[in-house]
Amino acid sequence: MAERFTKSMARNIYLGGSVFFFLLFLGLTFDTIQALPERDNRENLTESVAHGKKLWEENNCLGCHTLFGEGAYFAPELGNVYQRRGGEISDEAFIGFFKGWMNAMPTNAPGRRQMPQFNLNDQELEDLAAFLKYAAGINTNDWPPNIEG
Amino acid sequence: MKYQSQAVAKPYFIFALALFVGQIVFGLIIGLQYVVGDFLFPEIPFNVARMVHTNLLIVWLLFGFMGAAYYLIPEESETELYSPKLAWILFWVFAAAGTLTIIGYLAVPYATLAEITGNDLLPTMGREFLEMPTITKIGVVIVALGFLFNIGMTMLKGRKTVISIVMMTGLMGLALFFLFSFYNPENLALDKYFWWWVVHLWVEGVWELIMGAMLAFVLIKVTGVDREVIEKWLYIIIAMALITGIIGTGHHFFWIGPPEYWMYLGSIFSALEPIPFFMMTVFAFNMVSRRRREHPNRAATLWALGCAVMAFLGAGVWGFLHTLAPINYYTHGTQVTAAHGHMAFYGAYVMIVITMISYAMPIMRGRPNGNSPQAQTVEMWSFWLMTIAMVFITLFLSAAGILQIWMQRIPESGEALSFMATQDNIAVFYWLREAAGVVFFIGLLTYISSFFVKGDEVVVAD
Ligand code: HEC
Ligand code: HEM
Ligand code: HEM
Ligand SMILES: [Fe+2]
Repeated sequence: MAERFTKSMARNIYLGGSVFFFLLFLGLTFDTIQALPERDNRENLTESVAHGKKLWEENNCLGCHTLFGEGAYFAPELGNVYQRRGGEISDEAFIGFFKGWMNAMPTNAPGRRQMPQFNLNDQELEDLAAFLKYAAGINTNDWPPNIEG
Repeated sequence: MKYQSQAVAKPYFIFALALFVGQIVFGLIIGLQYVVGDFLFPEIPFNVARMVHTNLLIVWLLFGFMGAAYYLIPEESETELYSPKLAWILFWVFAAAGTLTIIGYLAVPYATLAEITGNDLLPTMGREFLEMPTITKIGVVIVALGFLFNIGMTMLKGRKTVISIVMMTGLMGLALFFLFSFYNPENLALDKYFWWWVVHLWVEGVWELIMGAMLAFVLIKVTGVDREVIEKWLYIIIAMALITGIIGTGHHFFWIGPPEYWMYLGSIFSALEPIPFFMMTVFAFNMVSRRRREHPNRAATLWALGCAVMAFLGAGVWGFLHTLAPINYYTHGTQVTAAHGHMAFYGAYVMIVITMISYAMPIMRGRPNGNSPQAQTVEMWSFWLMTIAMVFITLFLSAAGILQIWMQRIPESGEALSFMATQDNIAVFYWLREAAGVVFFIGLLTYISSFFVKGDEVVVAD
């Protein structure tokens, strides 16, 4: 580096730059939070959904699945499983599929990737389904590209 | 070793390496489960083994960073560590908390672990990389506070260098952003938004400060280049890291709820994120070519150079490949992400910790001029085995990812293959990844064995 570029200039760029961009980030975060109510489907965030989210976390579904493309890449995307598995037809169709699926696990098909049996009761399954339906209603800028997720 | 108390770094490094071995064993397990889906099922389901793999990674890197700080801060500050005893106590607390958590993952279903650790009181579990029970998280915070207090007091009573200040800033940032792991709102979009404040602002923010400081420290030692020059580089590298990386967080906000403008901001700023990694590479090679001495620890120099290159490849190149929104639309959450995650973590953070260990460990073991040439040869073999294996892991996963996108993402609904069908079609690349993983594991065992190679003592004529 040229000799005229001194260490204290470098330090000032570091301090000034990081403070500036961090404050900008805070500002953008503030703006995002203002904009989220229009996008994040919070009007449908019921008790049941909140409980479903907790079940989702406490059973570590994200340890195999992605949700909006985040998580593990071992099992299907679930951010749009509502649409993929009956939600387009009716709520009941999706819930029916979902309960059937969860109760049928594991498949025990030899060599096939396995999903555990979580032994959830009917109410819990309905809450999880409600959570997945709520998630499917969040505006994700048209992601995923198609129904397969 | 200039100061006795630096020796407290040793247990941290040894424990880190033990966890590293565990991490890779579980990596091999999940790698096999990818193709033999019922392997170890139902005893160890994929999610459990994955959690062990990734959490061991994070925890051993934290051990590595702490060990590095305990070694580096006294030397830079030119004074003994404020309290070696506190460092020892925290070592045992952290080691016990970590071990118990891993045992918890393996011994009981995750839901049971959540229940017995009181996740109900403050639900923080079940999110990627932050799976540990809330009480473990609280333990981490306590350890971090004690640790920062210890090295902070050491700095206060001694010389303050740019390297130690940057290291300290990075570690404080690490602790600060970890606090967002306690924020878990019911609103999924908000939850995801702030989850990235931990994960992204760590690896593409404050951890780069830690990495930069460690690299600068080792480069000063092995090259003897003037501190002024090195410190100027360090400042400019971390300046670029934060200027690009903070707003660059936006590359994770494309598809999880936040407004569209993040597609522009995230794409533009994160596209610049390779710059600091590129500068680190130029920096490392520049300093080594301007070296004023031939340091006999050639292995440490190799790790330092390798780290800079691999971090640039893994974070810079593989990060750039999928960071622009129109591309990320297709690559998001595929094996392309896994490819990048592996090479970036290995190149930047695994290798910087090994660089530090490679430099400091011989000194702490009473070999001020590095290990014997024989031991160094073994160590350099391990460098190449692990690094080349990681390059292949990355290439195989990238190939798997591109095919996955081709079959599952690009065709219209109705024409596209399902996730599971796609996985079946690309299984061969998972087999190849597993094979490369075995080579990686052999490399790791070679590395560990290099600590036990005797050989001729190195003497340098001054
Ligand atoms: C150990 C890994 C694992 C865990 C943990 C896991 N799953 Fe799965 N899941 C799978 C696999 C593998 C499949 C695909 C199975 C198949 O096709 O045979 C799957 C499929 C599904 C499907 C069907 C998706 C579709 O489009 O066909 C749903 C719904 C689902 N899982 C929900 C859940 C929920 C809810 C949880 C958490 C309570 C969960 N999974 C936890 C592995 C897992
Ligand atoms: C130092 C070496 C390694 C590092 C730093 C590392 C790091 C990681 C990270 C960060 C993840 C999370 C990835 C993501 O979410 O994108 C991960 C997942 C994984 N790793 Fe590794 N890993 C290493 C070695 C290995 C090896 C040797 C194997 C197996 C051969 C392996 C197999 C896996 C698998 C199968 C996953 C799960 C991917 C998924 O989510 O579906 N890893 N690893
Ligand atoms: C050493 C630094 C870095 C590390 C350790 C790292 C690690 C990771 C990991 C583990 C993930 C997966 C997260 C998840 O599980 O969802 C990820 C995602 C991502 N990284 Fe990095 N990264 C680094 C630097 C970079 C840089 C510099 C860029 C851009 C140039 C970048 C671009 C991305 C993008 C776009 C994603 C999202 C992938 C997706 O959409 O699925 N990363 N990174
Ligand atoms: Fe990122």
